[in-house]
Amino acid sequence: MSAHAHAEHVTLAGRPMLGVGLKKLGMWLFLISDALTFATLLICYSYLRIANEWPHAFEFSPGILFSSLMTLILLSSSLTMVFGVAAAHDGDRNAARLWTLLTALGGAAFVGLHLTEWNHLIHEGVTPFENPWGVPLFGGFFFLITGLHMTHVVIGVGYLLVVALGFGGGKFAAEDVEVAGLYWHFVDLVWMFVFPLIYLLSVAPGS
Amino acid sequence: MESAQSQRPLMVKVWLGLLGLTLIEVLLAYIHVGPLLMLSALMTFSVVKAVMIMAYFMHLKYDKPALTWMLAPALVACILILMAYLLPDGYLLLENRP
Repeated sequence: MSAHAHAEHVTLAGRPMLGVGLKKLGMWLFLISDALTFATLLICYSYLRIANEWPHAFEFSPGILFSSLMTLILLSSSLTMVFGVAAAHDGDRNAARLWTLLTALGGAAFVGLHLTEWNHLIHEGVTPFENPWGVPLFGGFFFLITGLHMTHVVIGVGYLLVVALGFGGGKFAAEDVEVAGLYWHFVDLVWMFVFPLIYLLSVAPGS
Repeated sequence: MESAQSQRPLMVKVWLGLLGLTLIEVLLAYIHVGPLLMLSALMTFSVVKAVMIMAYFMHLKYDKPALTWMLAPALVACILILMAYLLPDGYLLLENRP
């Protein structure tokens, strides 16, 4: 921790700013605004869901079990991210790089499974404009919300790869790994709302 | 952050807690509880999980409280305003549904 690291913890006026670096503060502010984007979509989805006879599209097996596996992978990738950030702060560049790469691998696995599921649903006739079970809005909201989340995961995987390789090579500071970790945990956090609202509440009766 | 390594067991516990709550959620879907109970239970668990992720994984518990106080009230207030606009009307639509 040199004078450079200290300098990041003060504002331009020279006063400490909430005890965190400006990069971390910037990421937090972005995440709060992004949380509102997802909150708005999920609340609009809930509103339209109440107003319509919503399809219960997901059989418990395999549909719900499949998305539960995706949830397990995403949660576990958050844990490896925590280990990566801890290693980065301990100055262990190799361990930080490995844990962060493992996190990115978890994210990539999540995207792979998610695309498999999308493919399956598309073959069943679900598009953003129609589906075999009921109101067309179901498909629209399903692809909009899970698609926006998947976009975040894809961006996160790229972000983690850049940070893992850059930190391993000495280009980035531990704070950069921590800030990338904040983004990754947020992607996990959003899924904690998408998974119950989109999937668990739409389990097919008698399945 | 000198305690970064010593926090590992705690973080594993938080992860296990998150998995446990998720397992309960999936079990609720398996036994098909009624929609109102299902929604209340799921949203309660989701908020608990979100707080666990923010407090431990995202480290807010160990940062200055001022950071939490700057971030959380704005988010909560905005979400409550959104819900106050939309949900009463949603309830009306539910009542009037043919």
